[in-house]
Amino acid sequence: MDSEGNSAEHLRSSRGCCLKKLINNPQNVVTEALHGMAAAHAGLLKLNVEPPYLVRLESPVQGKVGIVSGGGSGHEPLHGGFVGMGMLDAACPGAVFTSPTPDQMLAASQAVNGGAGVLHIIKNYTGDCLNFEMAAELARAEGIEVEQVLTNDDVAVQDSLYTAGRRGVGVTVLVEKIAGAAAEQRRPLKDVAAIARTVNAQGRSMGMALTSCTVPHAGKPTFQLAEDEMEIGIGIHGEPGRRRMKRASAAEVAVMLVEPILADLPFQAGDEVLAFVNGMGGTPLLELYIMFAEVARILEGKGIRIARSLVGSYITSLEMAGCSVTLLKLDEELTRLWDAPVKTPALRWGV
Amino acid sequence: MTVTREAVEQWIRAYADAIAEHEQALTQLDMAIGDGDHGANMQRGFQAVLSRMSSVAEGDVGALFRMVGMTLLSTVGGTSGPLYGTLFLQMALQTQGKRELKPEELEAALRAGLDGIIARGKASPGDKTMIDALKPAHDALRQALHQKASLGEALRRAEEAARAGRDATIALVARKGRASYLGERSAGHQDPGATSAHLLMECAARTWM
Repeated sequence: MDSEGNSAEHLRSSRGCCLKKLINNPQNVVTEALHGMAAAHAGLLKLNVEPPYLVRLESPVQGKVGIVSGGGSGHEPLHGGFVGMGMLDAACPGAVFTSPTPDQMLAASQAVNGGAGVLHIIKNYTGDCLNFEMAAELARAEGIEVEQVLTNDDVAVQDSLYTAGRRGVGVTVLVEKIAGAAAEQRRPLKDVAAIARTVNAQGRSMGMALTSCTVPHAGKPTFQLAEDEMEIGIGIHGEPGRRRMKRASAAEVAVMLVEPILADLPFQAGDEVLAFVNGMGGTPLLELYIMFAEVARILEGKGIRIARSLVGSYITSLEMAGCSVTLLKLDEELTRLWDAPVKTPALRWGV
Repeated sequence: MTVTREAVEQWIRAYADAIAEHEQALTQLDMAIGDGDHGANMQRGFQAVLSRMSSVAEGDVGALFRMVGMTLLSTVGGTSGPLYGTLFLQMALQTQGKRELKPEELEAALRAGLDGIIARGKASPGDKTMIDALKPAHDALRQALHQKASLGEALRRAEEAARAGRDATIALVARKGRASYLGERSAGHQDPGATSAHLLMECAARTWM
């Protein structure tokens, strides 16, 4: 790592000419951030450097299902920010927007296996699926019981034989929290996996972008949006969405995000939901609360009751401005597990 | 003509150089229809391969392919890590204990690698993936060897077939991977995976002419 002489050179190089980021070297962003996280939250988690993963301090917890998630970096606090009591036992970070590798997932699974098996929570992207599949094969070969749950809640993606299927987005946070609570109660692996699948089945999301993000090693914005344009139906990697259009008000955007979500499950009058308004990294809480007010107004108009809520930047896309809305249909059990104590760097209550 | 272990190493080194040379181009292709990391990921993987090359200096072809496969699997990530990792690990299984390969043994190894990628990625020809370059390349190689062409000539035809397959991905609508989210908007762009796969065949042809 050239922390002194060459680092400024990296930022000035032809690739990094427009790179206005608080970094040292584009090649080292993930490693340096992981060291920072471990130092900042030393009471909750520790960092394994080779291969890289963040693991709950007291791992493995005997008799408890170990919960492992992971994916490309750049979505902070997902996943490392959710390692701790009542949520994840380990998180495997990949390069920015690139899935981690099977050896990371295998090592993390070994580190959290307290004899009750391990649950992998995987966002539905081809790279994540392939690497987690290989990791599960390796872990099972070592006698570790593994269940895998895919999140695929993004209604912006046409779900058909002709795509890789819906992307896993906002619901991933809710699956990690609720499955984490179930594991904390010492439920068996099959039950924890079933609860995770229920959350995924009952949750739907959709996102929008006001600006692109810039991947550090790419050095320039992933896509171009004019000053007066926005993109509806984006993913969490700067993937293009359903359509590009002129900028609209928060009220209009809320309708564009919520209507497709409500129609998809479908949600109905009388339903109780958890409403999650998520920032993509570059949108302030002030604006997210405006969005929440609009979402709440739409839901009230449909007779849908917001029983629980979450507002903030929890699954982000670097510095992209924009937001996503996730609705999860609640029942008594899911509500109880959502309310259960959690103590992680990014989510903490009841303790 | 047989392919010696040293020649296989030259092929891998040539490919690592080609990846370094085309890193930006691969990333540009990926930014158009994916998430813009294919060049950087392959570059990271093959730099790691080069740094570990001396660790298998005494090994046979199988040991060399195994090192490449395991290194890619543990350093690349994304879809390229498991897919290229599987290609080389399957080729390793076919070439264990061999210090050199007859042309038909090379063809069988490539076949096993291709089958491995198809099984792992569950993609078919026409899905706009690396298979669209690799499968025609293997078909051409097998046919040329069947017709008693020299290895150099067979690889030349394989490279041509890979190039044609790569170019044919431009018109295709992606059905696998992140590009599939674009649907019809993915047409008109060359697939980055097919591009790096063609480079692999081009390096083989160039190394063993």
